[in-house]
Amino acid sequence: MPNMSLKKTEMPMQDEKRIYNIQEVTLGYTMEMAVQEADRCLHCKNAPCMQGCPVGVRIPDFIAKIKENNLEEAYHILKQTSALPAVCGRVCPQESQCEKHCVRAIKGESVAIGRLERFAADWANEHLTEKSTLPKKNGHKVGIIGAGPAGLTCAMDLAMLGYEVDVFEALHVAGGVLVYGIPEFRLPKSIVQKEIAGLKEMGVNIWTNTVIGKSETIDELFEEGYEALFIASGAGLPNFMGLEGENLKGVYSANEFLTRFNLMKAYEENASTPIFKGKHVVVVGGGNVAMDAARCAKRLTQGDVTIVYRRSMEELPARKEEVEHAMEEGINFCLLTNPVKIHGQEGGVKQIECVKMQLGEADESGRRRPEVIPESNFILEADCVIMAIGTSPNPLLAQTTEGLEVNRRGCLVIDENCMTSREGVFAGGDAVSGAATVILAMGAGKKAAAAMHAYIQGK
Amino acid sequence: MNQILQKEKLNESVVKMVVSAPKIARKAKAGQFVIVMSHENSERIPLTIADADKEMGTVTIIYQIVGASTLLLDSLQVSDELFAFTGPLGKPSEIEGLKKVCVVGGGVGCAIAYPMAKALHAQGSEVCVITGFRNKQLVILEKEFQAVSDRFILMSDDGSAGRKGLVTEALDELLEQESFDEVIAIGPLPMMKYVCLCTKKHQTKTMVSMNPIMIDGTGMCGGCRLSVGGKMRFACVDGPDFDGHEVDFDEVINRLSAYHDFERHAYEKTCHLLNREG
Repeated sequence: MPNMSLKKTEMPMQDEKRIYNIQEVTLGYTMEMAVQEADRCLHCKNAPCMQGCPVGVRIPDFIAKIKENNLEEAYHILKQTSALPAVCGRVCPQESQCEKHCVRAIKGESVAIGRLERFAADWANEHLTEKSTLPKKNGHKVGIIGAGPAGLTCAMDLAMLGYEVDVFEALHVAGGVLVYGIPEFRLPKSIVQKEIAGLKEMGVNIWTNTVIGKSETIDELFEEGYEALFIASGAGLPNFMGLEGENLKGVYSANEFLTRFNLMKAYEENASTPIFKGKHVVVVGGGNVAMDAARCAKRLTQGDVTIVYRRSMEELPARKEEVEHAMEEGINFCLLTNPVKIHGQEGGVKQIECVKMQLGEADESGRRRPEVIPESNFILEADCVIMAIGTSPNPLLAQTTEGLEVNRRGCLVIDENCMTSREGVFAGGDAVSGAATVILAMGAGKKAAAAMHAYIQGK
Repeated sequence: MNQILQKEKLNESVVKMVVSAPKIARKAKAGQFVIVMSHENSERIPLTIADADKEMGTVTIIYQIVGASTLLLDSLQVSDELFAFTGPLGKPSEIEGLKKVCVVGGGVGCAIAYPMAKALHAQGSEVCVITGFRNKQLVILEKEFQAVSDRFILMSDDGSAGRKGLVTEALDELLEQESFDEVIAIGPLPMMKYVCLCTKKHQTKTMVSMNPIMIDGTGMCGGCRLSVGGKMRFACVDGPDFDGHEVDFDEVINRLSAYHDFERHAYEKTCHLLNREG
C-alpha cells in the first residue's frame, strides 16, 4: 500500500538565521524521509511525469530503487539521462515540468521528484568512489564552446559515445551560470565541481580562459581537426531598461551583482573583488535571477530588499520554492509596479521612482499585459538597484564567424537537427532560445549530442 | 601555462611584463586587451595589450601599481605563472587608411599609445606624438616613441622633462596650425575628456580607448557600460575604442569611483601583508 498522504514529505531547512550565512538553505532528505516520499509514487505504467522532463529521466524507475533502498542503482538510472542530477534536483522548476504531470497532483501535492533526485545524487556523491569505466574511443574529435549546462551535458553524452571532447570556457572556471549565477545557498559550488570532476574522469578536456571567436575562430577549430562543434555560449549579455539614472554608481545588472557575489566570492571578508553593500536594495524583475539577486543582497547586509515586478504574484516566473524562500527571508514584494527613473545623489542612487500597473488583456504569450495606471508615480528609497530583466545572447561568435545566422534578437538560428547555418556547427541552450532554464539548456545539449553523433557517423 | 618571461620597471610605479601566451600573441591587434588574474582568488584585471610577438609567442602588458590587485600581480617574478590570462578581447583599433595622425598619451596610458603609434608608423602614416607626465621621474617609453614618430612632443606638469604644461596645450597649438585625419587619445579619463573638448573645437575626429570597471570582459556583466552618443555601449564587446566626441566622460568618471574606499582599504591591507611576508 503506497503512502497516501496528500502532502509532500517536508524537507528540513535552515531557519531564519540563514540570512547571516551563505550555506545551502534546504538540507535534503534523510534516508527515512526519502523512502517515505518514494512510497507516495504510484508507478503509473505510462509515467506521465517523464513527459515533463526535458532530458527524459526514468522517474518511476529511480524512485522504485530508492524505495528498495538501492541508492546506487537509483543514481545509475539518473546518470543514464542526466549529466548533472545533483544540480537538477536543486534548480529545476519541477512544478512546471515532471511534478506538473504527476497523478498525485490531481488530488493533493505531487510526489517530490526533485527532492528525491537530489537525495539519490547527493548519496552517490558521498558514497560512490568507483570510477566510471572509460568508454572506448571512436577516433572522432568534437569541440564544445561554453562549459555551462548545455555544453557539459553535450560533452557527457558525446564522451560516453567514445568521442574525444574538448570544452572551451571563457571564464577561469567551468560551470557557466551554475558558478557565476546561481548562488551557493541554492547550489553549493562543491556539487558543481564534483559533477565537472566526473566529466574530466570520463576523459573530457576543459580549457578555461579560452574565448572562441577571439583567440581562435570556428574556422580554425575545423582546421585543427574538430569534426563538429557545438556552440553553447549562453545568453550572457544583460538587458537594461534605458531608464534615466541607470548608469549611476550602485546600479547593477543582475549578472554583474551575482558574478561579483558568486564567482568572485565578494561575500567573503577578504575578497579581492568589491561589491556595493546596499542597505535599501531594489531588484527589478520577477524571475529566478531576480530572486537570487535579492537573496544575495539580503545576505550582504541584512538590509531591506524589495522585488519590483510589473505583473502580479500569479505571473511571477520564478520557481515557486525560490519565491517562498525569498518571502521567508523577509524580501518585500512590490508587485504590479514598474520603475520609470532612478534618482541620484552625489553620483550614487538615492531613490527609484515607480508607477503602478494593472493587468489588461492577454498578449500573444497568453499572459495579461501590464498597463501603466496614469499618475500613479511613487518613490521607493534605494541606495542600490539591481536590474534582473533578462539577458540576450552573447554576440562574440556571431561577430567573428562568417555565415552564422542569427535572428533579430541575436539568437543563433538552428534547424531541426540543431545545426546552425554553418555546416557542422551545432548550437543549443540560451544561445539559441534566449534566457531560459538550466534543464532546458541540458535538454538542448542532449539533443545536439545525438544530432552531432548522427552527423559524424553519416559523413 | 602563462609564464612571466621578463619583468622591467619603467618608472617607480609602472612595470612592463612579457608573458608567454602563444595563442593570444597570434591574434592580438593594437587596441585589444587581456584579462589577467595573478592568483586563484584575485580580481580579474583588464589590461590593454602593449605589444605582441607572434614568432616568440609573447604578449607584453604594462601596468601601474595602483591598488591591491596590481600590487599582488607585481609580487610575481620572472618564471612565475599567472593564474589566468585571457584574450585578445575587444575590437582592434581601426587605423587603416589614416594618413596623418596625432597620438596623445598621458601617464601609464602611453603604454597603450605606443603600440598604436607603432602600428600607424608601420603602415606609413605620418605620426605626431604628444605625451604628458607629472614629472621627469614618471616619463616612460621616450626612446620608443621617438623611433616610431615623425614628431615627438614631451610635456610635464612641472617642466622637469620636455615642455612645461598639459598635453592639451601642445595639442591646441598644433591644431591651430595644421590638420590631422584623426587624434587618438589614451590616458586618464580627465585628460581624454579635455583632449576631446579641444579637438571638438578644431573639428578633428578623436578616438579614445576606454578602460572602465569590468569583470568578465566578454559582454556578460555590463559593468563596463557607458553612454556613447546617448546610447548604452559595453566597452568590452563594443569597444574599447570609441568616438571621443560622443562619450559621456563625466558619467564614466563617476562610475569609475564606485569602489574607491574599498580599493584604498584593500591596497593598505595587501601592502601590509606583502611586507610581512617579504
